[in-house]
Amino acid sequence: MTPADFPLLSLVIWLPITGGLLVLALSDKYAQALRVLSLIFALLTFALTLPLYTRFDTVGAEMQFVELVPWITTFNIHYHLGVDGISMPLILLTSFSTVLVVLAGWRVIEYKLAQYMAAFLIMEGLMIGVFAALDAVLFYVFWEAMLIPMFLIIGIWGGQRRVYASIKFFLYTFLGSVLMLIAFLYLYYRTDSFAILDFHRIQPFDLNAQILVFLAFLAAFAVKVPMWPVHTWLPDAHVEAPTGGSVILAAIMLKMGAYGFLRFSLPITPDASAALDWLMITLSLIAVVYIGLVALVQEDMKKLIAYSSISHMGFVTLGFFIVFDIFENGGGLQGAALGVEGGLIQMLSHGFVSGALFLCVGVMYDRVHSRNISDYGGVVNTMPVFASFMVLFALANTGLPGTSGFVGEFMVILSAIKANFWYAALAATTLVLGAAYTLWLVKRVIFGAVANQNVAALQDINARECMILALLATAVLGLGLWPKPVADVMHPTVQHLLEHISQSKL
Amino acid sequence: MNAATHFVTPDFLPAAPELFVLGMACLILAVDACLGQARRWITYTLSQITLLGAALLTYMLHQTEPDLTFNDSFIRDAMGDVLKLFIYLVTGLVFIYSRDYMKVRELYRGEYFALALFAVLGMMVLVSAHSLLTLYLGLELLSLSLYSMVALQRDSAVASEAAMKYFVLGAIASGMLLYGMSILYGVSGSLDLASISRGAAQFTPGEEMPAELPGGNTLFIFGLVFIIIGIAFKLGAVPFHMWIPDVYHGAPTAVTLFLSSAPKIAAFAMLMRLLAEGLGALHGEWQTMLIILAVLSMAAGNIIAIAQGNIKRMLAYSTIAHVGFLLLGVLNGTLSGYSAAMFYTLVYALMSAGGFGMILLLSRAGFEADRLEDFKGLNQRSPWYALMMLLLMFSMAGAPPTVGFFAKLVVLQATVEAGLVWLAAFAVLMSVIGAYYYLRIVKLMYFDKSEHDSPLVASRDMRIALSLNGLGVLALGLFPGSLLALCARVIGVG
Repeated sequence: MTPADFPLLSLVIWLPITGGLLVLALSDKYAQALRVLSLIFALLTFALTLPLYTRFDTVGAEMQFVELVPWITTFNIHYHLGVDGISMPLILLTSFSTVLVVLAGWRVIEYKLAQYMAAFLIMEGLMIGVFAALDAVLFYVFWEAMLIPMFLIIGIWGGQRRVYASIKFFLYTFLGSVLMLIAFLYLYYRTDSFAILDFHRIQPFDLNAQILVFLAFLAAFAVKVPMWPVHTWLPDAHVEAPTGGSVILAAIMLKMGAYGFLRFSLPITPDASAALDWLMITLSLIAVVYIGLVALVQEDMKKLIAYSSISHMGFVTLGFFIVFDIFENGGGLQGAALGVEGGLIQMLSHGFVSGALFLCVGVMYDRVHSRNISDYGGVVNTMPVFASFMVLFALANTGLPGTSGFVGEFMVILSAIKANFWYAALAATTLVLGAAYTLWLVKRVIFGAVANQNVAALQDINARECMILALLATAVLGLGLWPKPVADVMHPTVQHLLEHISQSKL
Repeated sequence: MNAATHFVTPDFLPAAPELFVLGMACLILAVDACLGQARRWITYTLSQITLLGAALLTYMLHQTEPDLTFNDSFIRDAMGDVLKLFIYLVTGLVFIYSRDYMKVRELYRGEYFALALFAVLGMMVLVSAHSLLTLYLGLELLSLSLYSMVALQRDSAVASEAAMKYFVLGAIASGMLLYGMSILYGVSGSLDLASISRGAAQFTPGEEMPAELPGGNTLFIFGLVFIIIGIAFKLGAVPFHMWIPDVYHGAPTAVTLFLSSAPKIAAFAMLMRLLAEGLGALHGEWQTMLIILAVLSMAAGNIIAIAQGNIKRMLAYSTIAHVGFLLLGVLNGTLSGYSAAMFYTLVYALMSAGGFGMILLLSRAGFEADRLEDFKGLNQRSPWYALMMLLLMFSMAGAPPTVGFFAKLVVLQATVEAGLVWLAAFAVLMSVIGAYYYLRIVKLMYFDKSEHDSPLVASRDMRIALSLNGLGVLALGLFPGSLLALCARVIGVG
């Protein structure tokens, strides 16, 4: 077997799942062995995803590391995997985040530890599967199967209202996804194939059918992103989920909606996307501005970060859907690519930053058992090391130059100006709003005098927590100071995608 | 055809499995009469051997070309063989699951096994029917056995009430069906499904029939309506579903388990033989009726199930919803639709057997685990069986990676292919509602604390069978290809 056809993607999908099943088989009595085993599997998977980057060919735009095996021959369904410049970075983000999550749950989780670790490992494999699948049915299987461990994570290890939050999470996402399934079946009817790349090539595709397919996809992806007004599951799920669950939700699951727009909506139904881009832009801007305002008034730290996530994801969808206006204004492929790549970088950056902020809240919650902002104050006096990390991530969340948050937002605003001045103006309010809610949070929680005895009794972070946060800080600063390696990987794919969607399919 | 004057010995070979089951069931009745309670295991073993032997016979006689015998009133074809094999499999599971339950309730008697085998025989005849008479014969043998099985617990008022309801409503349904059949016979002049099919082929909507069939046009539709009502009653499609929740609830759980699994396979066969093979030419007429039944069943089944506190009633309404999905596959009137419906039925029978098997596992002497609360905290009591139930529930909800997803997928695919996209969209929306009550079971098992933590006691073969049932739902979900291909092959998808 030559290195070229080594089934690397299958390995990184099935290795963590196998690991999860192994961990599940172990009794909770061997807690330490469980933790170590989970960490080994998470690290091994991360190490195995690295060659996806190092051996990635940044010249062409076709799928790489492709695996193609017939799965269900009666319906022409294949076990078809492959990555391009859009999905590869997201796979790395997934395997990276899982390592952090396993570490974050190290001491904190005591109830049903084996099931906890197993759920995250199995979910890791499924999430990588979502990004790697090139067959619509395979994609859907991963996309839905992933809900089951997440449902259990929120429901078993969650907070007070965990049952409500977990069922709401499942039903919302399920509702969106089933409509996508109908769209897949319609596209299968058109192409006699479930290959996503065959869907891209449907021609001619009349506008009404395109719009229906687009709306079906929108139902699935808008819930996942989440976009206003179907975002209400997110604050509930985030608040109730254990820290690890919140991190995976924020860092990876939200990205799947945005990924779906790039993999399905835009290339399959370009004309419908162009016809409905006003809707998408409006919804994105509502998310950026209105949800930003909502975040200002939150009393619960996790809820605040959850709303801030929705607001930041608004930037991502804005970056994707202004391309048609840019085409119209003669901005060309380069101008449009800036918006899409900005959105993609924002996705990665948000994965790091929101994950880090949730971990920070988790660190405080483990000590004080409260998420209310009013229960804190002056944490910097008792936890100086932690405070410096938290301030760094907060600044990244506001988009400070030098951090990863800046790059994506800047690129999106820059290209929004080419589309329409007002888009850019409204989007730019996030710089004010984001700074307002994040810095006010930091001011109330971190700075000031020690507020109460709980805060006075706080112990600073230990080596394990410090390592987790340091890893994330490196990622945030690395992406912020030198985004070129990531942008280079994305560029050919985005270019190809935009060439594709600039052609009408009517 | 001179069958009346020249008696020709029919070819018995295609009916060998039926004859074998008949002989064995009679033998079991006789043997069991001489056995004490201590040696009841002999009856049990003989029953399982019967199923195994029938399976071997069916398998050995299997070939793609159909055989007709008994004056063309009996057919052995590939579809029938596969359906029969699944009937044996599911019934075998039912026997394993119900043994412990019957033992502690002093219901562990030969009647249960003999009646179940007669029901199996009825299903086999129904599956192999090639004339209206054979079909009715099989259906009645099945129904009568089921009525008496429901009443097996003589001193239970609930069970007797359920049996009475089942019997009265079932008899009305049989009457309707028979009336419809008599009209079909009147129009086409034959009981043979092939001749009826030829007669129906001359049917042209909105026009007069040929002169030799005066008024045939109206009569065909008239008969069709009654036939559909009969089938809908037997399947439990809304608005003919009233008996299902009461019977499921009232019958001993072991009987509910049987009732909800294998007979659904036979009911699918009845749909196929009557509508697809007999009246395929009237597809345009029955499609509309089935759409109404399917839409109502999916809506009512899923919505009412939410309000149930008893898991047997909940699963009864869930059955109604699943019947809606089954009809959705058939109503397309295409080969891929039939094959999808067949896959759905087989998968449903397996899931249903597993689901009720779990209730049996949780039941103990003097304690029916039929309230939803009885599933509370199962993850603490037994993580393994909680996982099995989780797989079964997600499979019923139609979530991947379980096989329930593919069952829904292929039915929806056929529906979209037939141009009924709105119906497919309606079906998936209803299945989202359905997901809620399946999730609630998962919630009870995983998120809630147990009310009592007595360990689960079950015989080893039950534990193994139930585990295989749960894992099978997952394994078929990961590799559904061969079963899908099998269904497509026996239905004859090109």
